[in-house]
Amino acid sequence: MTLLGLAATNLQKDLRLEWRSRDTLNALGFFALLVVVIFSFSFDPSAEESRRIAGGIFWVSFVFAALVALNQSWARELRNQVLDAYRVSGAPPASLFMGKAFGNFLFVALIEALVSPLFVIFYNLRAIGSLWMLAAVFLLGTWALVINGTFFAALCARTRSREMMLPLLLLPISLPAVLAMVEATTAILTGESSPGMWIKLLTGYDIVFTTASLLLFETVLNSE
Amino acid sequence: MTTSAIANPTSSAHAVTVHNVSKFFGRFPALLGITADFKAGEVVALLGGNGSGKSTLLRIIAGLARPSDGSVQATSRLGYMAHASMLYDEMSGVENLQYAGALYGIASREHCASAMSSVGLDPGLPRLVRDYSQGMRQRLSLARAIIHDPDLLLLDEPFSNVDASSATQMLALLDDLKARGKTILIVTHQPELLRSLADRSIVLSDGRVASDSRGIR
Repeated sequence: MTLLGLAATNLQKDLRLEWRSRDTLNALGFFALLVVVIFSFSFDPSAEESRRIAGGIFWVSFVFAALVALNQSWARELRNQVLDAYRVSGAPPASLFMGKAFGNFLFVALIEALVSPLFVIFYNLRAIGSLWMLAAVFLLGTWALVINGTFFAALCARTRSREMMLPLLLLPISLPAVLAMVEATTAILTGESSPGMWIKLLTGYDIVFTTASLLLFETVLNSE
Repeated sequence: MTTSAIANPTSSAHAVTVHNVSKFFGRFPALLGITADFKAGEVVALLGGNGSGKSTLLRIIAGLARPSDGSVQATSRLGYMAHASMLYDEMSGVENLQYAGALYGIASREHCASAMSSVGLDPGLPRLVRDYSQGMRQRLSLARAIIHDPDLLLLDEPFSNVDASSATQMLALLDDLKARGKTILIVTHQPELLRSLADRSIVLSDGRVASDSRGIR
């Protein structure tokens, strides 16, 4: 089986397990929803102010919601030592990582798609800039969160305090990406500046960290 | 400090060669200077009390742990059954075997169904593994370990919490694998079950080989 074929098998397995347990989607959805509602009660901004702060609130909500989901994503591989079965098989580690990262991307993107309309309603939003650029920022930003999150969640999975370790490692390294996501989203919502530079930064960030994660994952998988 | 694969196991009389292997967890010595050869087609029982280093030795041979010192050479075509089931609780038996088979490039559902039948489980059983009894889990776990027809089988306490009839079924399957020339290393606390199967038994004590004898004493 090819690398991509096996990645698809891993993705299918993760989707099937999630469909049956709903561990990740429930945690992710409730957390994101709570943050959106709490922020909406905390601020009472006008439409113009909303456009300025919504990008920040949206992405901060999803960074923290994704942390909850990512912590879960490797837990089921450690339960019953199934990860050891993968290691013994000699199957390419990159396939496991790609399957897991695509799965996490789908989960986070799905919750973003469900929560975004609520965001628009609560914050009375209407984009002044280009909508397709907003879609590009969502896709690139979500991938940036998920690719690093999947990698660092794997790194923390076998540590005792993994719930605490993941944010400590992930948040500093995600800072450039989060900055680019927030600035690009704000630029599109307000229409005051071009998001082009921030989208390029996000694209570069995604390429660098996807490559690094794929190259380093084997070491993480086989560490004791 | 290496674990390496024998490229062509048929060219070697030994399926596994363990040379002067030690393993430390911090300062605690789990294994101390273990040297042993396991011939192709041999069934070996690894015995000893809790904490004697049996499971650690098996994990090192499987390539799941690195020795602190010494070297291990083993065929790369190996099957491993751990103390835990190594199965996904939210998948059915056949789904688990299909996934395990896919890791070795085996896509056929019939092959997985036949592996499940070989351990006395019904391949049509829709139940998820979380609803299996301990005996059923152990048998499915054995089916998972042999799904790719490995030359070397490493079994860590396969009969623990298994009823007599499940143990008999598992032993019959192991007997069949032995007849087909597979090398089998079994860690167990129930040596009496292996009396007719094992060619050799090694007793570990405090991380060292305390005895190495033919059959089970």
